[in-house]
Amino acid sequence: MIETRGLRKSFRSRAGRETKTVDAVRGVNLEVAEGEIFGFLGPNGAGKTTTLRMLATLIEPDGGEATIAGADLRKDPAEVRRRIGYVAQGGSTWDESTAREELVLHARLYGISKAEAHRRATRALDAFQLSEYADRKCKTYSGGQRRRVDIALGIIHEPKIVFLDEPTTGLDPQSRAHMWDEIRRLRTEGMTVFITTHYLDEADALCDRIAIMDHGEVVAEGTPAELKREISGEVLLVGLDAASTPRAAELLDTEGYVTKLETVDEGGLRLYVDEGATAIPQVLRRLDGAGLDLRSVELHRPSLDDVFLTKTGRSLRES
Amino acid sequence: MKLARDTWLIFQRQILLLLRNPVWLFVGVFQPVMYLLLFAPLLKPALNAPTQAAAYKIFVPGLLVLLAIFGGLFQGFGLIAELRAGVIERSRVTPVSRLALLLGRSLRDVVSLIVQAIIITLLALLFDLRVNLGYLLLAYLMLALIALMTSAVSYGVALKVKSEDALAPLMNTVAQPVLLLSGILLPLLYAPGWLQGIAKWNPFSWAVDGTRALFAGDLGNDKVWQGLAIVAVLAVAGVVWAARQFARSVR
Ligand SMILES: Nc1ncnc2c1ncn2[C@@H]1O[C@H](COP(=O)(O)OP(=O)(O)OP(=O)(O)O)[C@@H](O)[C@H]1O
Ligand SMILES: [Mg+2]
Repeated sequence: MIETRGLRKSFRSRAGRETKTVDAVRGVNLEVAEGEIFGFLGPNGAGKTTTLRMLATLIEPDGGEATIAGADLRKDPAEVRRRIGYVAQGGSTWDESTAREELVLHARLYGISKAEAHRRATRALDAFQLSEYADRKCKTYSGGQRRRVDIALGIIHEPKIVFLDEPTTGLDPQSRAHMWDEIRRLRTEGMTVFITTHYLDEADALCDRIAIMDHGEVVAEGTPAELKREISGEVLLVGLDAASTPRAAELLDTEGYVTKLETVDEGGLRLYVDEGATAIPQVLRRLDGAGLDLRSVELHRPSLDDVFLTKTGRSLRES
Repeated sequence: MKLARDTWLIFQRQILLLLRNPVWLFVGVFQPVMYLLLFAPLLKPALNAPTQAAAYKIFVPGLLVLLAIFGGLFQGFGLIAELRAGVIERSRVTPVSRLALLLGRSLRDVVSLIVQAIIITLLALLFDLRVNLGYLLLAYLMLALIALMTSAVSYGVALKVKSEDALAPLMNTVAQPVLLLSGILLPLLYAPGWLQGIAKWNPFSWAVDGTRALFAGDLGNDKVWQGLAIVAVLAVAGVVWAARQFARSVR
């Protein structure tokens, strides 16, 4: 659905007399499949918005190519515009307009007839639970309501792909959960959704696949589960008394699913395994069969933050 | 046609928002009316005009051109607010014609200027100003072209500088010499030769002379077609340049 090769963008900015060049995006290669929720995870200034704005034809890339919904970004930006929707990070509604007016006009800018635009506006207002406020000026909306109008605007023309730049930033937990549902609903309607976020839990819970971005580069890409596994697999903390620990270590060391085994000082083992869920029953069987007294098994899953940490040497939480 | 349709859509929205906040009309008419009431009476003796009506014939066209220039030049501020709200960026991701994004807005400015001009002309009628209707319409065409040009330029500059703080001094700096060198408030008839020489290079000076000729009923005056031609060419250039800014503006 989206394919990019070596997408680049630098900005020149003037600070006093000096001109500085910021390499905002330095060669991004991505592949996004049809019907998935693809997440762009990265700290402030990673280049997420810049990449999205390039893909949405708002700024011209300095280098590289991209195909979006079958249209070539460089050769046919007009066709790209017809096939995508884009919701900016900073919002897009005018204080003095009403949600309905914005939706109708926006639909009409895509060439949709007046009657159809009104129908779609009504439908979108319903779907996003905005009907109650539809004819009130946007300046009277809450942040969450306003954000929902932004999203409704982005999909009013039923695009194949929608780009959502930080759709949940600034929302309270409840509105965020709502927004996640809305975004999942878009996927069920067959839309490909490309979101950016700097929330780990959001990338984890919402996205089918993610790319982690840092300093203008994609440092890792895959499903959240893959990424976490790729880094360190999972860790099983096996609780044993000190006496049976050596024997258990001996038994488990030869098992194929254990990539690494460490003995814990006070007794017990730390097993590095590919997939904890399948390893647990095997460990239980093995130790039980040998008549060893097992106290506890604890599964420690690495988070996306661990992924980010190993790839960049920094924690996303801190940056 | 796509351009016409898109322009109409943008224009409609802009007019709707304008009507929602009609303070502009009051502000836009109040100032010129003050000029008409408090400044114009000084003109009869100053201009050596035979009657008050004759003085108005010279002053009112200048006042209208002044309105057209300033009304246009300061429209960029509204655009910066739209830019900040993300409205422009949202429009730019749709396939809407970039020229329409500009024209829809500039035409609103032209329409609101013409409304102002009509009100002022009507008031001037009370002071015995008399103009041939056909000539008046030609004069309005001149005003419309001026407003189209100045508002387009203002939008283009706004998209380039993206901040009110930069736009305000820039527009003032442009407006002041343009104003002084165009003989808007007083004709340059009595100006020293060097001043008239400089004014020749000011397109607005031609526009003012042309508009005055029309108000004087002097259609045959070369200044009429020259003024119209100059502002028409400049308006087209301004529109083309500003539309290009809409096509490539960054945030
Ligand atoms: N128009 C611009 N002019 C100059 N520099 C820019 C411009 N836009 C972005 N940048 C710079 O490019 C870099 C990437 O910015 P970008 O907005 O893409 O980051 P981001 O990942 O979206 O961050 P955030 O999470 O804060 O939204 C930053 O260093 C930013 O300062
Ligand atoms: Mg961003």
